[in-house]
Amino acid sequence: MLERREFVRELLRDRGDLLVVSGLGSATYDVAAAGDHPLNFYLWGAMGGTAMIGLGLALARPDRRVVVITGDGDFLMGFGSLATIGVKQPENLAIVVLDNAHYGETGMQASATHAGIDLVRAAVACRFKQARAVSRMDEAATVRMLLHSGEGPLLVSARIKPEDTPRVLPLRDGHAIKQRFIAALNAV
Amino acid sequence: MHSPTPIDADRRTAWPDAIHAQFRRVGIRQVGYVPDAGHSRLIALCQNDPNIIDVVLTTEEEGVGLVAGAALGGQRAALLMQSSGVGNCVNMFSLLRNCGFGCVVLVTMRGEFGEFNQWQVPMGAITEDLLRLCGFLTYRVERAEEVGEIVGAGCDMAFDGDLQIAVLLSQRLIGRKQWTR
Repeated sequence: MLERREFVRELLRDRGDLLVVSGLGSATYDVAAAGDHPLNFYLWGAMGGTAMIGLGLALARPDRRVVVITGDGDFLMGFGSLATIGVKQPENLAIVVLDNAHYGETGMQASATHAGIDLVRAAVACRFKQARAVSRMDEAATVRMLLHSGEGPLLVSARIKPEDTPRVLPLRDGHAIKQRFIAALNAV
Repeated sequence: MHSPTPIDADRRTAWPDAIHAQFRRVGIRQVGYVPDAGHSRLIALCQNDPNIIDVVLTTEEEGVGLVAGAALGGQRAALLMQSSGVGNCVNMFSLLRNCGFGCVVLVTMRGEFGEFNQWQVPMGAITEDLLRLCGFLTYRVERAEEVGEIVGAGCDMAFDGDLQIAVLLSQRLIGRKQWTR
């Protein structure tokens, strides 16, 4: 299984013009730990909404690659979004689910994926162009390439260790996160 | 099946077109919706508009994320839902408040004037209060000829001021849902 920090850092290495939306909790800390960036939209709440923010952004900016990085708990709460995204078929949207099969922020209770609920097969059933599970660090380079040039919608279920990592806290003021993102996107 | 009365037919063709005209005027580019009979004409107008991306949602709260993502990408978005859908959005609305995303929600009302199905009443009766508690400014429309003006004003407030605006389209405006087919 993957070390979450190491994996996310590799995905976002030399990220170019990727637009990143991170789900509340550890996914936001992982993205921040990989290096703060104005084109990160960090969520601290709105559980279940991360993938749909990615969809709205991908539809608005078809010229840019959009990457959603979130945990299994957040993704499962917005499970219907798989169908919504599958209908729209955004070619520029990728979703990376950091799946430790647990709710890490609340005491490591088992999530649905722990019981074998299969996100990859669900994504395929929802007409995602590509969906795969990865669990080894030597697969990270392939995933990174997919984020930059793979045809979406695509989903990667990254099997990560259910471990506690130190919190890395980015900006928390929602207005500031939004304004910084919009300014950076318009500056390019 | 009951035939709609002529005046209902007139209303049904007039006010959704007035909303669509406001969407065009202010440059709405994405419209998320969970279908409602009261919104059916407006949904069709949006689907047939090449300037609008229509997104059918599995639940209304998805639309809140859609609005936020669209705004990050520089596009204005609106949401169409029935009053029952407002209840599905409550926690997700915090995203709009926390980040100051301008948002226009058009709510077709159930559970009021002439409602035949009492299961619609508990949510319909608290819809406007709930929207206000969630930080929305709410405007209620009873008459077809007011729809365009009120929706237009709501859109301007939402997108000029990064405010959350809900326009409640009353059941009297929409027409009672027919019980028998």
